[in-house]
Amino acid sequence: MNDLQQSLVDSLRERFGDSVEEVREFRDDVIVVVTRQAVVDVATWLRDNEHCPFPLCEDVFGIDAWTRKQRFEVNYHFFSLQCKQRIHLKVRLEESDPAVPSITGVYPGANWYERETFDMYGITFPGHPDLRRAYMPEDFEYYPLRKDFPLMGIPGSLPLPKRG
Amino acid sequence: MGLESALGEGYLTTQLDALVGWARKNSLWPMPMGLSCCAIELMSAGDPRHDISRFGMEVMRFSPRQSDVMIVAGTVTYKMAHVVRKIYDQMAEPRWVIAMGACASSGGMFRSYSVVQGIDQFMPVDVFTAGCPPRPENLFHALIELQKKVQNSSVLDYRDRKEPMFIS
Ligand code: SF4
Repeated sequence: MNDLQQSLVDSLRERFGDSVEEVREFRDDVIVVVTRQAVVDVATWLRDNEHCPFPLCEDVFGIDAWTRKQRFEVNYHFFSLQCKQRIHLKVRLEESDPAVPSITGVYPGANWYERETFDMYGITFPGHPDLRRAYMPEDFEYYPLRKDFPLMGIPGSLPLPKRG
Repeated sequence: MGLESALGEGYLTTQLDALVGWARKNSLWPMPMGLSCCAIELMSAGDPRHDISRFGMEVMRFSPRQSDVMIVAGTVTYKMAHVVRKIYDQMAEPRWVIAMGACASSGGMFRSYSVVQGIDQFMPVDVFTAGCPPRPENLFHALIELQKKVQNSSVLDYRDRKEPMFIS
């Protein structure tokens, strides 16, 4: 961890205390696991802090860990143009309640990323202005990137026009 | 003009089927249903090097009402299948369909929940073209085979389709 990363992690720990569940380093990048209640505050702080602001939300997506107790995970990638630095946030979710507060109020660009995550994993984002499916038809009932979804889909779930 | 000078004062007898088939086959206007990478190869079929107009097929029409043959070039997802079918339904008869490339013919390499495994599941197809993507020459082969089919079909009953053709 370089000095900048270390100071960011220290400030996060100091500011958010127990909300920071875990800090890891992987290939020179810092991964911070936070609780879902804190995600909006952490994102706001990362965007606005004076030391090393992260104005760019590069991506948001989900993970289905399947065998882990906390089955779902939402990953956020932020990039700081000023410091040329990335930071990754993770939020772990129980299967029974896959919901994370939306960060669209902080990063408007996260809008469609969250829609995509909802479409593929069924993770909801309370506070999102327009949480519709992104790729699959509106009336589709399943979440295709979940591990228990068969690769070839559920027969009959996506109707085709009649051949005629 | 050409015909008069060739025949002079004479005349020509033929069958209506042959005459109409001849006219139809040399003026097939394609509807380019370009959905993904195969569409790039469809575009290059129209370039001066390959010159699709040798077959009377250069008039790509982006309105289904003016086109005769739909070239489905690309990956058809379940969501898009309804659109493809709707455009096909808007084409005036007689109409033909070429499934260009592995994706349109069989789902290609996308063996997954979102891609239709062959457009013949929801619309009739006249020629299937192999390749990922097919070279322009391969598309022309399909067009020439389609022209043979058009020439040989009956005016009144063009829908009396034989089995679809497979071009490899
Ligand atoms: S057949 Fe190959 S080139 Fe054509 S659309 Fe499919 S993947 Fe692309």
